[in-house]
Parts: sequence; structure tokens; C-alpha cells
Amino acid sequence: MSHYAQLVVELTILALAIFLGVEVISKVPALLHTPLMSGTNAIHGIVIVGALLIAGFARPDLLTGWVGFVAMILAAANVVGGFVVTDRMLEMFKKREPPKRDQKEGK
Amino acid sequence: MSQTTSNLLYLVTIICFVLALRFLSSPATARRGNWIGAAGMVIAIAVTLAHHGLHVGWRIPVGGAIGAAFGAVGARKVKMTAMPQMVALFNGVGGGAAALVSLAEFHILAPAPGRLHTDVGISIVLSALIGSVSFAGSLIAFAKLQELIGGRPITYPAQQVVNLILIAAVAAAGITVVVGYEHQWVLVTLLVGALIFGVLFVLPIGGADMPVVISLLNAFTGLAASATGFELGSNVLIVSGALVGASGTLLTLLMGRAMNRSIGNVLFGAFGQVQAGAGTSAAIEGTVRSVNPEDVAIMLSYAQRVVIVPGYGMAVAQAQHAVRELADLLEEKGVQVEFAIHPVAGRMPGHMNVLLAEANVPYTALKEMDEINPDFPQTDVVLVIGANDVVNPAARNDPGSPIYGMPILNVDQAKQIVVSKRSMATGFAGIDNPLFVDPKTAMLFGDAKASVMKIIADIKAL
Repeated sequence: MSHYAQLVVELTILALAIFLGVEVISKVPALLHTPLMSGTNAIHGIVIVGALLIAGFARPDLLTGWVGFVAMILAAANVVGGFVVTDRMLEMFKKREPPKRDQKEGK
Repeated sequence: MSQTTSNLLYLVTIICFVLALRFLSSPATARRGNWIGAAGMVIAIAVTLAHHGLHVGWRIPVGGAIGAAFGAVGARKVKMTAMPQMVALFNGVGGGAAALVSLAEFHILAPAPGRLHTDVGISIVLSALIGSVSFAGSLIAFAKLQELIGGRPITYPAQQVVNLILIAAVAAAGITVVVGYEHQWVLVTLLVGALIFGVLFVLPIGGADMPVVISLLNAFTGLAASATGFELGSNVLIVSGALVGASGTLLTLLMGRAMNRSIGNVLFGAFGQVQAGAGTSAAIEGTVRSVNPEDVAIMLSYAQRVVIVPGYGMAVAQAQHAVRELADLLEEKGVQVEFAIHPVAGRMPGHMNVLLAEANVPYTALKEMDEINPDFPQTDVVLVIGANDVVNPAARNDPGSPIYGMPILNVDQAKQIVVSKRSMATGFAGIDNPLFVDPKTAMLFGDAKASVMKIIADIKAL
């Protein structure tokens, strides 16, 4: 496929992804907005794919070498930190335990 | 691994990410969703490592290990009250990574000028620009939230002019690159300019407006990731970036609506200055009625319905565990206790929910503003802890008030109100709160945690 034909495909995918994003996100309740922020943080850690490609360049010059290295550090922190923090938060959301009031009548 | 197989597996990653977000629609499935997302990420990383021609070398393992260590330690050790800062930080590093990838990609693709396709040039410029703004802005947000720099808006003369010049310079650099003058230093200039802009952009925004800023920066990093996807021809980056961008944008708009201010006003209005001009708001007249914990203990024990309104002050005082203890104690006495959560209470969307969940408050007791507002007239006692502007009736009644029109929790409609506050100092907005002089309101002065602990002790002594 020619370069610009490929671009049109990518733009199509982008448009659909935006609509999909809006639909899926709008179903997240306000209760979970903080895990949403931290979860989407983790997801944008996907830039690690780019960092891997750069840092994995076979014969990098000085600039590419160092830029790739730092990008790896940043992206890895994003990925690991993002998913761990989100898991930690979500672990805390619990339903009400059976009420202890069964034994008591009134006040 | 063939390109087709790679793309197929990247598609699996995309599906995992969408599912992760879809399962976030309920606390029962949310945690599982996050695991699915993590699995998708692992797949993407594995596929990339198997990429033809990729040389693992030392940079990938060492860089990856260092980053992973920082991420894991930071994520495990951070206190929940510091969650907004951590979100800002993890957001920033993602933006920084995207910008650096673009810089390197540019360097690799265009050692000699004139070889870049226009769209790739645009993607590189956008990714470098947005990623840098997000990186720098997030670091400043982190510093403000961590109180390394002042939470008050930091403004200086001719601020808007400086911002405009900077934007113009960065845009000029970007256009220069795209039209074909592809020298490295132009892109570096763009990157540096964008970093400076990121700093100057977030510096004047006040601490309580951080929910909007963090959401916006989250959207920015998503956009940067998407742009990086265009320059690398990677669908998984394009889609993931779009999902994150949509999420951040939606949250930003929601926060803006919840504060009844346009996003432009939040980002560029340096809210602290608005108060100086709003001399037309009604002066607060009346005396403040002060009570001590024993009085509050009695009020709460004899109530049938109690609503607790948490605010940033509760987070600062680290009172969430004490508050939960109080709620449990009241429930044992047959009092119905609920929590009213205003959308912008705290320093980021959902901040109060996370704090209370950490304190083991069941999430079924946490009620959103629209859900609980109609119930206030039947509520016997409202206990406001560390919240101020979100319960200020001036937003409803006083057209001259700077916060007029902002949706609030209508606690003034309850039968009795107790406000726990350290002193009569104004909240972040610097506005007087007529709730404090309402005859139904009693002020409980002192540190929130200490006050709540005393109330608990007094209830037990009844």
C-alpha cells in the first residue's frame, strides 16, 4: 500500500478509536474517576513500544543511544507504576459487609 | 516474527485495553479489567522485543529495569493522600517518553533534510510538542501538589504576552520542520520551547484547580502517544493514545462543568485575581456559632440520617480513617450515614472516593452530588469536614459571587449543619461562606482528625 493510502487507514482507525473512547469512558462512574485517570496513565505507557524500537536500534549514534535509554526509563516507569498504582486503588473498593445491626433494636 | 503476526498480536493488546476501560464501569469488575490491560501491555512489549532487527543490547534491559524499579517503588509506597501527585508524575514520564521517541525517530529518519513525508513530519512535531508540554506541566503539577512550590497561582506581569510569544515560536519551529528544513536543532528548539511553555502554563494555576489540569495533561499525553503512533505506523499506539485522549478530555470537561467555569477561565484566568474585581458580591453579615465535640456527639447520636461531606481539608488532616470509625460507630447506634462527594472535592477527580475507600468505607455509602442533593431536607445532621466552596450557598443565591452558578451540595437545606474547620480563614477561592453564619450551622474549630476523634470518644461516653 502506498504511504498515503496507509495514512488514510490510520486516520480511519483514529476516528473510530476516538468515538469508541468517548463511549466507553462515559460509562465509568464518578466513583472510579481516580482509577480511570491512573488506568489511562498506564495505558499511555504503550509508548514503551516506541522506546523499545529506538533503544533497540542496532547501531545508534550518541544522541539516539542516550535518548533511547532515557525514553526506556521513562516509559518503563509509566507502565509499571501505572498498573501497580491502579491495582492498589481498585483493591480498596469494597462493598458493605453484612450490617452488624441485626443484634440491636433501635438506639 | 512476521509483520502480520505482530499486528495481529498488537490487535489483541488493543482489545485488552478497551476491555480494561470497559470493566472500569463497576467496582466489581474494575480490578480484573486492570489485569487484562496489563496482560495486553505485556503482549505488546513481547511482540516488540521479537521485532525483526531489534537489538536488545544493554539499553533496553537496564533502562527498563531502572524505570520499572522507580515505578514499582513509587506506586507501592505512595500514600493515598498523595495520589494526585503520583498520577501527575506517571502522566508526565509518559509524555516525556513520547517526546524523546519523536526526537530520536526524527534523527534516524532525517539525517539529511528533505527526506521526511509531510505527515510523518507533522506527527513528529506534534508528538514532540505535546509530549514536552505534558512532561514539563506534569512536573510542575507534581511540585504544586507535593507543596514543593506554592499552591497559590503564581502570576507575573505580561504573562499572556510571554505565553503567546512562546506559542508562536514553537509553532514556527514546527512549521519549519514540516515544510522541509529538517535540521536537528530546529526540533530541539521546539522541544525546549515546549518544555518552557509547559512550565509557564501550569505555574499560574492554583492548587484547587488541579483536577482540571491533571485531566488535561492526561489527555495531552494520550494525544502525544497517538501522534507517535502515526510517525511509527503503529496502530496500537494510535488507538491507545486516542482512548486516553478521549478519557482525559471528557474528565477535563466534566471538571470544568462541575466548577461552572470554562476551561479557558481555569487555565488562563489565574483565579486568584478574579476575587479582587468581584466587589459586588454581598457582604456576609451575622455571627458564627461555635460548638465543642460533646455537643456534636449528642447531635449525631440522636439523628436518624447523617450525611458527611468530605473535602480536601480531610485529606490534609489525614482524617479519613477517623471519619470511617465515626461512621461505623453511628451505624451501630442505628444512624444512617452516607457520604456526599462533590465532583471537584479534593485535588483530582474521584479523590475523596479513593481516600474513603482506603479507609474501608464501603463504596455503596459514597453518593454523588446529583444523587444526594434531593435528600438534604430530610437529613438531620450534615457534617462538613474540610470542605468549603463546594457547600457555599453563594454559588446558588448570590449572582455577584465569583463562584455563582457552580453546582454545590445543598447542605444548607439540611436540618442542622456542623462544619469542621481549623479557623475562620477562607478556603482556596478566598470567598466568604454564608453557610457559616446560617442559624442552623455550628462551627467545630480545630484539626479535623482531632475533632473527629473527640467526637468518637464523646459518643462512646454517652
